[in-house]
Amino acid sequence: MKVIVAENLTKKFGQFTAVDTISFEVEQGEIFGFLGANGAGKTTAMRMLCGLSKPTSGKGKVAGFDIYKQSEDVKANIGYMSQKFALYDDLRVWENLRLYAGIYGVPKKEIDPKIDNLLATLGLQDEKNTMVKALPLGWKQKLAFSAAIFHEPKIVFLDEPTGGVDPVARRQFWELIYDAADRGITAFVTTHYMDEAEYCNRVSIMVDGRIEALDTPKNLKEEFKAENMDQIFHQLARKAIRTDS
Amino acid sequence: MTAVEVKDLKRNYGKVEALKGISFKVPSGEIFGIIGPDGAGKTTLFRILTTLLLADSGSAVVDGDDVVKDFKSIRKKVGYMPGRFSLYQDLSVEENMKIFASIFNTSIEENYHLVKDIYSQIEPFKKRKAGALSGGMKQKLALSCALIHKPTVLFLDEPTTGVDPVSRKEFWDMLYKLKMQGITILVSTPYMDEASLCDRIALIQDGSFLKIDTPQNIVDQFENTLWSVHSNNMSKLLKDLRTNINISTCFAFGDTHHITIKKDSLIENGGEFDQMNLRKFLEEKDHLEIDIKPIPAGIEDCFMELAG
Repeated sequence: MKVIVAENLTKKFGQFTAVDTISFEVEQGEIFGFLGANGAGKTTAMRMLCGLSKPTSGKGKVAGFDIYKQSEDVKANIGYMSQKFALYDDLRVWENLRLYAGIYGVPKKEIDPKIDNLLATLGLQDEKNTMVKALPLGWKQKLAFSAAIFHEPKIVFLDEPTGGVDPVARRQFWELIYDAADRGITAFVTTHYMDEAEYCNRVSIMVDGRIEALDTPKNLKEEFKAENMDQIFHQLARKAIRTDS
Repeated sequence: MTAVEVKDLKRNYGKVEALKGISFKVPSGEIFGIIGPDGAGKTTLFRILTTLLLADSGSAVVDGDDVVKDFKSIRKKVGYMPGRFSLYQDLSVEENMKIFASIFNTSIEENYHLVKDIYSQIEPFKKRKAGALSGGMKQKLALSCALIHKPTVLFLDEPTTGVDPVSRKEFWDMLYKLKMQGITILVSTPYMDEASLCDRIALIQDGSFLKIDTPQNIVDQFENTLWSVHSNNMSKLLKDLRTNINISTCFAFGDTHHITIKKDSLIENGGEFDQMNLRKFLEEKDHLEIDIKPIPAGIEDCFMELAG
């Protein structure tokens, strides 16, 4: 089943084409890496797919809903987390989860047992009443991810989820993504760590608003005759005319 | 000449020990990297060295001046680029530059040669408000402002966080040019791959330095033998490797997993790692395209070994 279908999706701001006729599909349970330099158009594309910004032209379906006409349904069926904002620092661990669950309409009866289950799985039972600001960043990000998929969405959008996280916690975070994908939750991930691109089933690389490459990491490395994703990224991003500077 | 000398620096925030007694020296003209995750204490250290925060104990000398007694003198001669964008958002690019220059009794013209490479890239937008700049442009403006008074020591707190790999490379090229002009640079980063761009690095975690050395020496001192393992099913491979009794650590590293072997299982095998045994173990668990080979450690392997 396809959970994301983008067809010639375009977003213009005045004369500036931020996203330029991109087309791609993402399967259920897939881990899809969405790479590109700063300013390449990743955030704009992601905002359209999350139902937060109307495309100028093109078509898009996310979780089976049209991103123009059914943006509220899109929002209800996705999860989202970013490095910059994920949880409320001055709410306790359980309060954050409670809040997310409520917003996404998880039935009241299910919420408390699910919170306990989740904290047990993460090994955070003892932190249930801790203020989120007192947690180490690695734990915070794991908790934020769990909050984002608390309502079992079809897709979770992860915008640089591991920025600044220590090497061990960064890898544990990816294991959570794998587990979610095994349960059928599609992960749509942006990252600036090129080793993380290798953990994705497929990767797309955006340059100047267009998708310039899209395939499995293995096929991309063959196509670009590169040893790793970093080299491919450099090859493509160097071609950019539009700069962030 | 020593640009920075720090002795047993400690700083707590309530019960949290942000710095647990850090000591190091940076000779003039060096690029010294402080590498570690968020919350390790990097910003606290930088704020103490730039005289914006007092340590609880210990001492620090920057360019010959004590950070407590001679704070006024230090403020005149160091440059500081904080992690969070801290320029005046509602002033233009040029106005920000002018303010910084005039605070330090200089002018853009006087030290233009120093910032030319960087500032010329944003000069076409000098009438634009700083708040309306893109991330990369803000970064260049902040660096220009930190340089305009010709500092002897430059403190850059996570200048490349959230920046894509290509732009990060460009930023490091700029740092090299500044080094060539004799400026000492202390730079912090959470990206382990930037370690090799520094003359020397300190790996920091939980308020302590795990190691201070050249990047090469650090990887040379990796204690275990490291192997990379690959198969057709990488996520299953990770789980299976962790059930193998001979394996000490196992982490995903891009398209392979890196493993270290338990010391006692090496001793049993006369110091050698029994590669064929592991291959058999994985074949029994239905892995195909198995590839096992010894590899040299990188900085990130070292960080995880030292932090573990």
